[in-house]
Amino acid sequence: MSLNEGIHSQKQHMDVGQRLRTIKHVVLILSGKGGVGKSSVTAQLALSLVQANFKVGVLDIDLCGPSIPRMLGLDGKKIHQASAGWVPVFADEEQRLACMSIGFLLPDKNSSVVWRGPKKNAMIKQFLTDVYWGELDFLLIDTPPGTSDEHLSVLEYLQEWSPDGAVLVTTPQGVSLSDVRKEYNFCMKVGLNVLGIIENMSGFQSNFVASILQECTNVFSTGGGEAMAKEFNINFLGKVPIDPSLTLFLDQAPQSGSSEKDSNNKSPDGQGSFEDMIRRYQECKLSSIFSDIIGKLTSSTSNGSV
Amino acid sequence: MSTKESNVPKDANEHCPGPESESAGKDDACAGCPNQQICATTAKGPDPERTEVLVGIKHKILILSGKGGVGKSTFTSQFAFALSSDEDLEVGVVDVDICGPSIPKIMGCENEQIHTSGKGWTPVYIQDNLSVMSIGFMLPSNDDAVIWRGPKKNGLIKQFLKDVDWCDESRPLDFLLFDTPPGTSDEHLSIVQFLRESQITGAVLITTPQEVALQDVRKEIDFCRKAKIPILGVVENMAGFVCPNCHGESKIFYPTTGGAKSLCDELGIPLLGSIPLDPSIGKACDFGSSFVDTNPDSPATKAYQSIIKNIFSIIDPK
Repeated sequence: MSLNEGIHSQKQHMDVGQRLRTIKHVVLILSGKGGVGKSSVTAQLALSLVQANFKVGVLDIDLCGPSIPRMLGLDGKKIHQASAGWVPVFADEEQRLACMSIGFLLPDKNSSVVWRGPKKNAMIKQFLTDVYWGELDFLLIDTPPGTSDEHLSVLEYLQEWSPDGAVLVTTPQGVSLSDVRKEYNFCMKVGLNVLGIIENMSGFQSNFVASILQECTNVFSTGGGEAMAKEFNINFLGKVPIDPSLTLFLDQAPQSGSSEKDSNNKSPDGQGSFEDMIRRYQECKLSSIFSDIIGKLTSSTSNGSV
Repeated sequence: MSTKESNVPKDANEHCPGPESESAGKDDACAGCPNQQICATTAKGPDPERTEVLVGIKHKILILSGKGGVGKSTFTSQFAFALSSDEDLEVGVVDVDICGPSIPKIMGCENEQIHTSGKGWTPVYIQDNLSVMSIGFMLPSNDDAVIWRGPKKNGLIKQFLKDVDWCDESRPLDFLLFDTPPGTSDEHLSIVQFLRESQITGAVLITTPQEVALQDVRKEIDFCRKAKIPILGVVENMAGFVCPNCHGESKIFYPTTGGAKSLCDELGIPLLGSIPLDPSIGKACDFGSSFVDTNPDSPATKAYQSIIKNIFSIIDPK
């Protein structure tokens, strides 16, 4: 399905509540500043939740810069239309990880989405009303930076359904923290529950320097997010260090749907399966940090148990 | 975007007055058109009153990137500091990132206020020849969120261009740098629209080496081509990390697809330079100081200087 078909196919409008009835928890990933790792945190939360045997959906509402498809190794996949609605892209055959992003609707990787607010809002509404998610334990919503149209719209449409809350992502340096304070105030103003803060890029995790050079390798220093969590009395979910192997992992996620000319992006072992991706993620040092984080997260989402 | 016809959306009603027209969205022909709301809320055309002020500004440069957090504001501020070290140049910076203004903090003028005079808003002067305008100066507290939809943001951007007293008649600005938010949306479209009359000199695109960021830069290049903004070149930020103590180099953002260089080769755009990741850049930004002045020996400073030289070889500063 192409972008234009997508915008104009308004056949099966259900309301958001009806559509999301089969989803147990909805969590938004927010941060005021761009590039702090919302998408990579979303991707890792999704992988960790799948590992913990949850069924997970990821909705990417960053319409102008969708990164989720690449990070989950789904570049080049297409959305299909079924009678029940748009079928999201599944990362695996057992359909444990479903994903929806505007990236799947674009004709090629160079095309830009130059849209003003109202058009973006309409697209987000369609994502919420037309996508057939099926039974899900968690729906993670990855957002663009800021506190503007996309955020207001998604919350407006989710209002009656009331999402579980938001996870705020920050990096430790002052510039980023000041934007996260804005995002926290945004959550307060719109009445969105804050599930916790993740401090990303906190210190430097590297195989060869970590132990000797703790002091000099704090690229963006460390601890700022934790201090802020204390100040506002928010749950601190964890510190995630910079790990170059993770960037590599997300960047080189085997693109199962990619065309031949992208074949040089494939991982050296040539394996493109989702199992393989999960296995490789488990080998990353960060996966243990994220399993702690989802432990805290699942206990703070409503009811705790799923 | 040149002719009226090409701007009419494919799904528009018959007799569409064109989205540029004064009656767009309000015309009889617009009733029931799927684009009616967009047309009606869009600001139209260049502002006739004050465009001549911006015409007096020699170079208007946009700092763009599809992805957030790649260093647009950092680059803007360091570029501005470096330009203003030449006392003959008058430099202005507009922060059009309405929801996440970082420029006041990065340039060390966080608690300043905007003053109003008979001529309009007076920007904050950091040096005699360096002035800054940002929504950050107007917020009651640093923690306040600006929860605005597009049209309200466009209104403020228009005021930044129209109501700010950027220059004395005797000394017009040589450079006005626009720091933008990530993406290709309201803010970007508005600037392009407001500056149509007075011409944008060009855009500098910032990226980091990994494919996830390059993906978004491709979109930004597509945007520039659609909006007819000349691209001055691409700056690759956070390319490699040199540990200040052990001088071991590691790649934090690994260029899995060849980095900015292969992107530039592919799309025929000049690569202005690569700036290595240096923790003192982050510190300089947190303290609001000029990194280039405080760390003259860092490899990153040299990268900045060569990038500015490259930009000057494309546009004439004087």
